[in-house]
Amino acid sequence: MAKQFNDEKKKGDSGNSKEDAIEVMATVIEPLPNAMFRVELENKHQVLAHVSGKMRKNFIRILAGDKVAVELSPYDLTRGRIVYRYK
Amino acid sequence: MAIHLRSRDELEKMHRAGLIVHEVLTALRDAVRPGLTTMDLEKLAEEKIAGKPGKPAFKGYRGYPCSLCTSVNSEIVHGIPSAKRKLREGDIVSIDFGMEVEGYFADSAVTVPVGKIRPETQKLLEVTRESLDRAIEKMRAGNRLGDVGNAVQSWVEENGFSVVREFVGHGIGTKMHDEPNLPNYGDVGRGARLQEGMVIAVEPMVNAGRPEVRMRDEWVAETADGSPSAHFEHTVAVTANSPWILTRPKDVTGPSW
Repeated sequence: MAKQFNDEKKKGDSGNSKEDAIEVMATVIEPLPNAMFRVELENKHQVLAHVSGKMRKNFIRILAGDKVAVELSPYDLTRGRIVYRYK
Repeated sequence: MAIHLRSRDELEKMHRAGLIVHEVLTALRDAVRPGLTTMDLEKLAEEKIAGKPGKPAFKGYRGYPCSLCTSVNSEIVHGIPSAKRKLREGDIVSIDFGMEVEGYFADSAVTVPVGKIRPETQKLLEVTRESLDRAIEKMRAGNRLGDVGNAVQSWVEENGFSVVREFVGHGIGTKMHDEPNLPNYGDVGRGARLQEGMVIAVEPMVNAGRPEVRMRDEWVAETADGSPSAHFEHTVAVTANSPWILTRPKDVTGPSW
């Protein structure tokens, strides 16, 4: 039986290779310097999140109150990466 | 992930699985004739393995429903046997089968003509079978994976056919799909170096037309342009001397299929 090439990669839909991250919904509380934001997760935890490189490159602007998707590192749950801004 | 090196003992175990695979596939090859359905082939395979040690490797693998893959004409791989799919004169059918015996796997495939086929299709089968032979010849310690892939690609393209990119040969041992991947294309001198004890399922998949693949559903892959596609496969071990085809008896020599 032939093996499908790259079938591991096809599972995640984000092009982001940082695979082990946990993705959660969050709301932006306040903007901070250096493209950092304090965001509140659905479980009311507040984490410090930066904007992913892909979003920065495409000038996706983020304001307080925006709904965003945040990826959390399994190693440090107090920091995250904003990977999507919902309309 | 590392590539496993298998001991002589392990290779013998895989060879035991391989002999069953070979017996089933040769029986199916000889049974193919117009009017049979692909489900008839599946049933025949089930009868053949009844009472033998081990179990068919594909059944239940990621939810695959059958023991065989039967891919007709433009189907490249992973065609699912069906009572509605009747073989007709002039078709070609790729039969892919694997066994697991005492935790060790073997995997092999052959494409069989149904009755009399067109000369172009006959050439497709011959070129694909020959590309497998050329690939197996490269399965020697010190060569690289790219040498093996290149052997397939250069021969196939020289003959005006194309190799499928979306599916690859694979390491095999205590899992059916293991490291490394072996694409049927590549550059000489590239890729991991082959060492004694490595076992790889070498399986050229060759389209008569363009290389693009279309997935009909979760399993069945067919050529995007509808051209026929052939598939030959053996489980091959790298040894101190010549490559060892685990999916056929030791006393068989000559062409791979």
